Amino acid sequence: MIQSIDYAAIAPPLIVAVAAIGLLLADAFGASARLLGAASCGAVGAALAAVAALAAGDRRATFCLPEGLRAGGPPSCSYVTDDFTLIFQGVVLLAALVVVLLSLEEITAPGARLPAGEFHFLLLAAIAGALTLVAARDLVLLVVALETLSLPVFALVALRRRDGVATEAALKLFLVSVTSTAVMLLGVSLVYGVTGAMHLDRVAPALERVPGELEPVAALGVVLVLAGFAFKVAAVPFHFWAPDVYQGAPLPVAAFLSVVSKAAAFAGLAIVVALGLPAYAHVWGPVLAVLAAVTMTAGNLVALRQRSAIRLLAWSSIAQSGYMLAPLAVGDRRLPEAVAATVAYVAIYAVMNIGAFAVVIGFRRRAGAPPAGPAPAWDSLDDYRGLARRHPGTAAAMAFFLICLAGLPPGVMGLFAKIVVFRATVAGGVTWLAVVMAVNTVIGLYYYLAWAARLFAAPAGRVGPMPRTPALRAAIAAAAAGALVLSAAPQLVLQAASATM
Amino acid sequence: MLAVPALGALALLLPAARFLPTDTAVRRYGAAVTGITLLPALLAAAAFDHGDPRRMQLEFDRAWAPAIDLRFHLGVDGVSLPLVLLTALLTFLCLVYTLRHPPQGGSARLLIASVLVLEVGMLGTFVALDLLLFFVFFEVVLIPMYLVIALWGGAGRRAAAWKFILYTLLGSGLLLAGLLVVGTNAGTLDMTALAEAPGQGLTRTAQITAFALIGLGLAIKVPMWPLHTWLPDAHTEAPTIGSVLLAGVLLKMGTYGLVRIALPAAPEGAVVWAPWLGLMAVIGIVYGALACLAQRDLKRLIAYSSIGHMGFVLLGIATLTPVGVNAALLGNIAHGLITGLLFFLAGGVKDRYGTGELDSLGGGMLTKAPLLASFLTFASVASLGLPGLAGFWGEMLALLGAYRPAEALPRETFVTFMAVGALGAVLTAAYFLRLLAKITHGPVAEHRRRDALPGLTLAEYAAWVPLVALTLLVGLWPKLLLDLTTAPVTALLGGG
Repeated sequence: MIQSIDYAAIAPPLIVAVAAIGLLLADAFGASARLLGAASCGAVGAALAAVAALAAGDRRATFCLPEGLRAGGPPSCSYVTDDFTLIFQGVVLLAALVVVLLSLEEITAPGARLPAGEFHFLLLAAIAGALTLVAARDLVLLVVALETLSLPVFALVALRRRDGVATEAALKLFLVSVTSTAVMLLGVSLVYGVTGAMHLDRVAPALERVPGELEPVAALGVVLVLAGFAFKVAAVPFHFWAPDVYQGAPLPVAAFLSVVSKAAAFAGLAIVVALGLPAYAHVWGPVLAVLAAVTMTAGNLVALRQRSAIRLLAWSSIAQSGYMLAPLAVGDRRLPEAVAATVAYVAIYAVMNIGAFAVVIGFRRRAGAPPAGPAPAWDSLDDYRGLARRHPGTAAAMAFFLICLAGLPPGVMGLFAKIVVFRATVAGGVTWLAVVMAVNTVIGLYYYLAWAARLFAAPAGRVGPMPRTPALRAAIAAAAAGALVLSAAPQLVLQAASATM
Repeated sequence: MLAVPALGALALLLPAARFLPTDTAVRRYGAAVTGITLLPALLAAAAFDHGDPRRMQLEFDRAWAPAIDLRFHLGVDGVSLPLVLLTALLTFLCLVYTLRHPPQGGSARLLIASVLVLEVGMLGTFVALDLLLFFVFFEVVLIPMYLVIALWGGAGRRAAAWKFILYTLLGSGLLLAGLLVVGTNAGTLDMTALAEAPGQGLTRTAQITAFALIGLGLAIKVPMWPLHTWLPDAHTEAPTIGSVLLAGVLLKMGTYGLVRIALPAAPEGAVVWAPWLGLMAVIGIVYGALACLAQRDLKRLIAYSSIGHMGFVLLGIATLTPVGVNAALLGNIAHGLITGLLFFLAGGVKDRYGTGELDSLGGGMLTKAPLLASFLTFASVASLGLPGLAGFWGEMLALLGAYRPAEALPRETFVTFMAVGALGAVLTAAYFLRLLAKITHGPVAEHRRRDALPGLTLAEYAAWVPLVALTLLVGLWPKLLLDLTTAPVTALLGGG
């Protein structure tokens, strides 16, 4: 009764996990921060190569139930490498690579230095958790992976020593996360109690056959399971941690939370609702619809009031979560199309958001900026005035990312993302949500365009030059290139997304 | 034809030192690029088979994003060809005008680049034959127009630009929802397929919802009363070429969308909403006229007159008859030519007098600047619908269409609309004649006696004379346009 392990299938998270431990040991033996950074990039790159190799091959599955335990059911596998998994692993790794590039300088910045070995270990551990989450097809592995993704991030947020704001942010994140995990575990246990199965392909048929008196229990379990994921994607009302944590954490960690963590959580949510809970679509469908509508509206409305760049990005991320949740609100009407729409939006959002964060991080390190350390100051939106005079390329890239986030041409990529989500919601019969999203797009345009317009306005004071380190330039350039390519040829993402599920 | 302005705009991204170093060079480049764009448009008109205008011609069909069924499908037929020519011509004339009269406020590079991207969007909207492609081009015009108003506009430009883009984006969002209702229910996004099988695949409720959403979205753009509040500010604060393009082309995108998409795809929805559309249209006609009578600023007056004229166009569409819709399309072209000319002239007046306030302008323009006043007189009488000029046909045929609407529509209501519309036409004449009496006739005002006003420049002649000629041509020979539009309109209305 021993499960066989297909090492090729689990190669990406395995490579990253081994590298994490290796880096921690290397740091204990005195390796320099540069070497650790390079090794970290290398590990992520190697994992990416593994994902590419897996994409060329067949669907693989591992950690399956051995013969004796199947009890006449399907060979339920906990870790599956299909198109859905691979596209998400690709997105997670590419975004993580950009985060690692952005953090290289953060670690060695004067003022409040971050311990390099611990930082890379924690980051890689979180990445390994994200990679496992998107491949999990079993409730236990989902929870374990979600925790593996969350726990290192608490430490990452608090890693800057003697920084009160960071510690406060980490504590907020920790408390909300632990509470939502507890709620989610309660939900998982209720579902297990009703169905007797943990593997999603066994949970689904079992939920269809739930006896009448246990239906409320099952419905409650379903809703509670959603709570854990809703926290991770910062959906209202589980979003309160996001602005403070983005502001208190080191900025690359905020970028990680906003893009990688969110993408993995959406993958988990899609897996659970589409594979495990379609029988209760009449329960989670309306819940997700209301969640999506409230999230996008609250996120956009509060973002209008923000004066600090990072808080604006935090609230805008919350609003974008709402857009990504919207297709899943269709319930079981044309669910595969809806999941494809969410996947496409997540992939496109990852590119544009990581680009915006890259520019904000670079701007934070400009000459003449308040130094990092205890009681740091945050860049306000007005500090960005006139950035185009000094750095026309960076300003143009930032304006492009912002217009993509708003969803207007020339940010055609963002427009396609919105079209795909609209299409899924209309096709699934939740047209009212599409109308809410239309109104929200208008609200969002206001603050995105106002920020983009500031970049090109006359500068208020002297704008110090941004650092010209290769890592930062590579990060911004990669994001911009990705954005341009996807704007011209959106079918690259859309085709891949619709091939999933 | 679309590629030329797109490549032109991209070329402007090159650094100024290497390519087109001076502002004048950039402006000449802009005029050249739009002139080159006009050529394929004219060639298309020549190559068009005028014997069969309902067939989609010069088609180009390539898959762009198969995952969402989006095809890069372009083509022209009798309905879109005049609009394409109007767009290419107006943009060319605008950039010729800019050669000598650039708007103040920002870099010429950005202005020309914005206008070129705007042209791509406008032309693309009229030739797109796929619902989502139409939507993408519809959106392309928003940011360049925002830039044009916000950077080169008048005193209140910031607020006007925000109002414009936010209000129109809301309309776009609703439009997208409506387009997707049509697309997902009918199973296709292709306009030609939808036109061949009107209302196919959509239940009555779906048609009503789709027409409502698409109608609301486009109504903001047209603009239909009471969704018109962005228009007066946007038109008044925009620079001359901004106003010309906004009034001359962007408003047409809304009515074109109604005719091309909403009517064939949701005919039952159209029957349900048509009386409401007609009601809003005639309220707009009368409201626009009354508002004009109260205006004190020349550009704002012309802006409100646009609301009135588009009311006639909407009334024509609301009748759901070939006469009405043909009237609407003719009114579109006429309005584009005449109001484009009016805004050019308003720009000329503002340049010379320094203001657009009617009281400050005083009277006696025929004495002080006779040629300018003559052009203004011509444009005003064309706009009020003098027979023999283009505006007459749009108004008269719309009213004729309202007299005998489609069978499914309540006749009494539409005859009432016709009566009110006729009253609106009389009011239109009133305010234009009042305008002329106030500023062109009479003695020159005291504070203007000693002003020496420069004569008309070559650029102004070059920009205005073609519009005057075309207004005369269309007015005297409307068959030119009606021949093109009749057959496709009958097909779009399901006549087969």
